[in-house]
Amino acid sequence: MAETTTAPAPDERLVHVGPLTRILTRPDIGALVGALAIFFVFSYFARSVDWLTDPGITAGWTDQAAQFGIVAVPVALLMIGGEFDLSAGAMVGSSGLLLGYLTVFRDLNIWPAIAIVIVFGLAVGFVNGVVVIWTKLPSFIVTLATFFVLQGVNAALTLNLTGTTAIQEIDKASGFDAARTVFATEITKYDFKVKVLWWIGLTIVGAWLLAKSRFGNWIYSAGGEPVAARNIGVPVARTKIALFMMTSGTAALMGIITALELRSIQAKEGIGNEFLYIICAVVGGCLLTGGYGSVIGTFFGAAMLGMVQLGIIYAEWDSNWTYTFQGAILFAAVLLNTVIRSRAQRAR
Amino acid sequence: MSMNGHLLEANSIAKYYGNIVALKDISTHVNAGEVTCILGDNGAGKSSFIKILSGVHRPDGGRLLVDGEEVQFNSPRDARAKGIATVYQDLAMVPLMSVWRNFFLGAEPRKGLGPVGWLDAATAKRICREELHEMGIDIRDPDQPVGTLSGGERQSVAIARAVYFGARVLILDEPTSALGVKQAGVVLKYTLQARDRGVAVIFITHNPHHAYPVGDRFLILNRGRSVGMFDKSQIDLEELVRQMAGGSELAELQHELAALRTDAS
Repeated sequence: MAETTTAPAPDERLVHVGPLTRILTRPDIGALVGALAIFFVFSYFARSVDWLTDPGITAGWTDQAAQFGIVAVPVALLMIGGEFDLSAGAMVGSSGLLLGYLTVFRDLNIWPAIAIVIVFGLAVGFVNGVVVIWTKLPSFIVTLATFFVLQGVNAALTLNLTGTTAIQEIDKASGFDAARTVFATEITKYDFKVKVLWWIGLTIVGAWLLAKSRFGNWIYSAGGEPVAARNIGVPVARTKIALFMMTSGTAALMGIITALELRSIQAKEGIGNEFLYIICAVVGGCLLTGGYGSVIGTFFGAAMLGMVQLGIIYAEWDSNWTYTFQGAILFAAVLLNTVIRSRAQRAR
Repeated sequence: MSMNGHLLEANSIAKYYGNIVALKDISTHVNAGEVTCILGDNGAGKSSFIKILSGVHRPDGGRLLVDGEEVQFNSPRDARAKGIATVYQDLAMVPLMSVWRNFFLGAEPRKGLGPVGWLDAATAKRICREELHEMGIDIRDPDQPVGTLSGGERQSVAIARAVYFGARVLILDEPTSALGVKQAGVVLKYTLQARDRGVAVIFITHNPHHAYPVGDRFLILNRGRSVGMFDKSQIDLEELVRQMAGGSELAELQHELAALRTDAS
């Protein structure tokens, strides 16, 4: 960066900001600190296993984290853009079920089936987005409705088709093995899931979009002050619709990954996860009111949830405590982020 | 600039909301390097009028001319394409975003290839700093959120932005009304800076003390009608205040107040 342009004399209003404060002004720092804290907490409580250094353990919690983290990336962008998507969890189930239906009941090859499922995901997102823009209703309500509609469709149609509540034997589809290699295989002898690479990859893409693309600028402005953004010429409606499509499209990807990994899919798959995606984003520094947040922070948020999920098992606690932990993390993270943000803005 | 016409001219503009007459027979104009002030009390029709000038609303009567040619604005984008930029009082900036991101919002410089191009942040920050410096606006750090700037600084940055992006006509919607004395002075200074760079400025305010020092021409509105348009040489501040308050109405009010005072004592 060219810091030398017509440098005015040192400004008495410009308080020297130390490197520590500068770091603390980042929205993602709370999530990083939290993730490290959880990691070390479980290195004590889960000392029955080699939590710190066993790659198999790490493969376990990163698998869980990717489960939430993949969809949390677009959910975070959507929240920064000022909207929610409560249907993302149910969409994972719908997409997996659609893939199962197309391959098992329609004998479609896995690849065209995957393409159809992705298009389906984008279409649901498009509908969510257009309805939110047209009706001007809060997206919380619109996508809550989508969530319930999908939940009902998932259960009713699956039962109608199969007589049970799941689609089995997806692995009999032609092209299954190749598709599983791309989306849901294990890499290395420690059972690291390829899913984890998807998680990391999508995080990089999301973070790049937000910080380095003009679309990222539009996301911030659409969430921060939509009227001002529209006045200055930002296509706010198109930006928001694109974000809804990214969210549902990524949920469809997660449905594909799940169906390929488990070789079957339950009608209830993904339900409840919509809140975990939002927890990841909020822990990652996203404001509920939009306009502010971080994809990197969301990554650490997902890592935290993954560690809790597995850590509780290895610590040999009742796994019902997971929910309590998730709630506590959410609360602590929001509190921490609020403090950091107000401190940071004072430091400026 | 064309020889036979003003840069922006409004001719007998009318606007109705249902059976309510918001504006009737309003005319004014502005040229490069001039400031036309539009004055009026709350409800006088100022904001309806600028919404027509900036393309938010379409007039129900009258004509808009740019460079002497009649134009129809269907959206703010159409007005911007003709070089007419509007800076709204509260809605000029996104507070949580940094100064440079705000400065280039909607017109971000990019490098790289087509759709995969990325934001040229270094260039954006450099231009932002240079342009603000050019206008004499001294911001501390282009990375700081706009929310940490004072109200006057925000308005000033929005003015600099409009000028940088080639505004020929700058419409300022009550830029000083929410500001303290000193901050308002700062915004007036940048308004004159913009004028000196050859921009035609339309300055909307209800404060004649802000309008008089910067204006070349004053259009006074009252209840959707024009009270009159005056060149600076035709009117002094005292008369401007009197006209704005409705002339005889104010005299009557003063009389009533005086009567009250006499009663009380």
